[in-house]
Amino acid sequence: MSTARAAAILLAKELRLEFRTRELLSATVIFALIIVVLFSFAFDPTATESRRYGPGLLWIAFLFAGSLMLQPSFAREQSNDTLDALRMAPVSSFAILLGKMLANFVFLSFAEVILVPVFAVLYNVSLAGIMGRLVIVLVLGTTGLVVTGTVFSAISAHARMRELLLPLLLLPVLAPLLIAAVEATASLLMEQPELDRTWVAFLAGFDIVFLTASWLLCDFLVEE
Amino acid sequence: MKSRIAITALMAALIFFAGYAALFIAPDERTMHEVQRIFYFHLSAWMTSFAAFLLVFISNIAYLVTRRIKWDCLGVAAAEVGIACCSIGLITGPLWARPVWGIWWTWDARLTTTFIMWLMYISYLLLRGLLEDTQRRASLSAIFGIFAFLDVPLVYMSNRLWRTQHPQPVIFGGEGSGLDPTMAKVLLICVISLFGVMIPVLIDRYRLQVLRHEVEELRFGLEMRRSDSRRGTIKAAL
Amino acid sequence: MSAAGTTVVPLTCPFDIRFEHVEKRFGPLTALRNLSLDIREGEFVALLGANGAGKTTLLRIAALLMTPSSGRMRFMASATDINDAGAPGAGADNAGIPPLEAKRRIGMVGHSTLLYDELTAAENLTFFGKLYGLEDIGTRVPAGLESCGLASRAKSLVRTFSRGMRQRLAIARALLHGPRLLLLDEPAAGLDRQGLAWFGTTLARLRDDGCTVIMSTHARNESLDLATRAISLAGGRVEHDSGSNGDPRALLSQLRAEARVEN
Repeated sequence: MSTARAAAILLAKELRLEFRTRELLSATVIFALIIVVLFSFAFDPTATESRRYGPGLLWIAFLFAGSLMLQPSFAREQSNDTLDALRMAPVSSFAILLGKMLANFVFLSFAEVILVPVFAVLYNVSLAGIMGRLVIVLVLGTTGLVVTGTVFSAISAHARMRELLLPLLLLPVLAPLLIAAVEATASLLMEQPELDRTWVAFLAGFDIVFLTASWLLCDFLVEE
Repeated sequence: MKSRIAITALMAALIFFAGYAALFIAPDERTMHEVQRIFYFHLSAWMTSFAAFLLVFISNIAYLVTRRIKWDCLGVAAAEVGIACCSIGLITGPLWARPVWGIWWTWDARLTTTFIMWLMYISYLLLRGLLEDTQRRASLSAIFGIFAFLDVPLVYMSNRLWRTQHPQPVIFGGEGSGLDPTMAKVLLICVISLFGVMIPVLIDRYRLQVLRHEVEELRFGLEMRRSDSRRGTIKAAL
Repeated sequence: MSAAGTTVVPLTCPFDIRFEHVEKRFGPLTALRNLSLDIREGEFVALLGANGAGKTTLLRIAALLMTPSSGRMRFMASATDINDAGAPGAGADNAGIPPLEAKRRIGMVGHSTLLYDELTAAENLTFFGKLYGLEDIGTRVPAGLESCGLASRAKSLVRTFSRGMRQRLAIARALLHGPRLLLLDEPAAGLDRQGLAWFGTTLARLRDDGCTVIMSTHARNESLDLATRAISLAGGRVEHDSGSNGDPRALLSQLRAEARVEN
């Protein structure tokens, strides 16, 4: 069976599991909302300040919410040793990893779809005319977050204190992604919005580097 | 024992000589005068820490390929040494910046990279502390270590890109270009001496880690035998 | 003759399991020492031994969940098959069946149920059916549920199942894709009388179909009567082996007697 097909089956299973309980999704969305709203309380931005600090706050909210949401993705497979069942199946370890990454991407995107309009309202930012380009930045940034986060979730699933460990591992490594995503978003919110190609290329490069590393190391990640 | 004294004496001599060179041989810098002399150690610390983390990267790959625990031990030793050198870099940076430029910190490419590296490799050691099974600890921390090192150039690049878009006063940059020949020689002396200190420490930490590993194995085996004799069965670690 | 790995061995092609000087170490603990075994296709092996003798490790290596620390375990297309199946080079080039292919024909029942508690019984089986690339899931899943007596609970979450029901579903899951090699680690644990009866008849049918079974159990298990071979492990080594052509009953009754004495 091809990796893509196997990953799709695994993705379907993850989605089905999550939509049945909805615990992860709701917690993620609410947590991200709380961060955005709290920031809005902490300082009441004028329009120009919004444009300067808004993107940073938005991406920090995604980063924190994401690193909380990513942690259970492999830890959940420890009950009843279902990860063993996946490893015994005739699917490659990359398919298992990819399935999880895709699922996490869907979940985080779901949170973003809710969050971005809220952010636009609270910070008086107009999204008209930039939605398409904003989506590109969001997709690239989320991919980087999800790729590294899923790998680190697989790592921390075996460790003690894994809820605290995952953000600890993830956030320093994502620093360049944060810078790039914030800058790219900021340039879209300027008076004359433009899609900053440098940063978009950087984000794409980040994603490719870590996706490739995941592919090369997936066997060691998923093994006994 | 004698060799240890000899090595320690050599290290002390190197540091002394480097310090002497930095303080007395190096010419006075035009604008910053005395304080600038920290730069020799600041840059040397950065180079040694980078070399140490490169060694961690190589050890991580080597472990995953060969599965020999000595690579894992080397990775830990190199990470410890790297963090120490990083700390030197992180301390000398502000010490230099404050008297000269009036600020403690700036997000220039090198300082940022140093700081993030410091955070990542401390996380590396933290991760290891939280993983109990030896083999799993080695392979999982190796994966993290590989990701961390791949991130280093990305951190550096992102910072440089950001600074080209938002021009900041150049603080630490510029020493690499147009360095006075005597200064360059002193820099070389400092770099060599710091490496000369780092390498024996690295070897020592490596040996310590190997011993730690052996003790862990022995302790584990002893506990197994103890529970074995108590219950008449060997509890399989499955 | 094509190279191994490029040959697609037909799913029904039977295979032998060969352990060659297998060692498995967990840190300082050696679970398996220099273990060499040749298990022919169709054999029903009763794997015996005290706790910690290495039975679970052996099964997990056979399930491709673990790799040996040294030595190797391979699946060899059965020697009797080379002329019949017409799969060129599958057995002849001695490289063994590639792991991903082999996994399609292995089913395992382990210590854990390997089921998703938050999915229904039917969803669990459907998911694994798809993962194993089965085409007739629409018929296999209901048939599997019917067979283990859980058809009425097909739409219930596994979380609501009793221990016995979960074990039955776990067994059904292992059998869904029609494995040629069945690895059972204490499969009867938690089964009630009805479940045990079903399990016994299912095993008998599988044995008659020519499925290779390796069952590890140290309970008094009626299914042991189906065994064609008995292997006992001690300290990670093979202690007694009644052999491929031998009679396992002597060994089994000897071990049963010992167990009775211990109790």
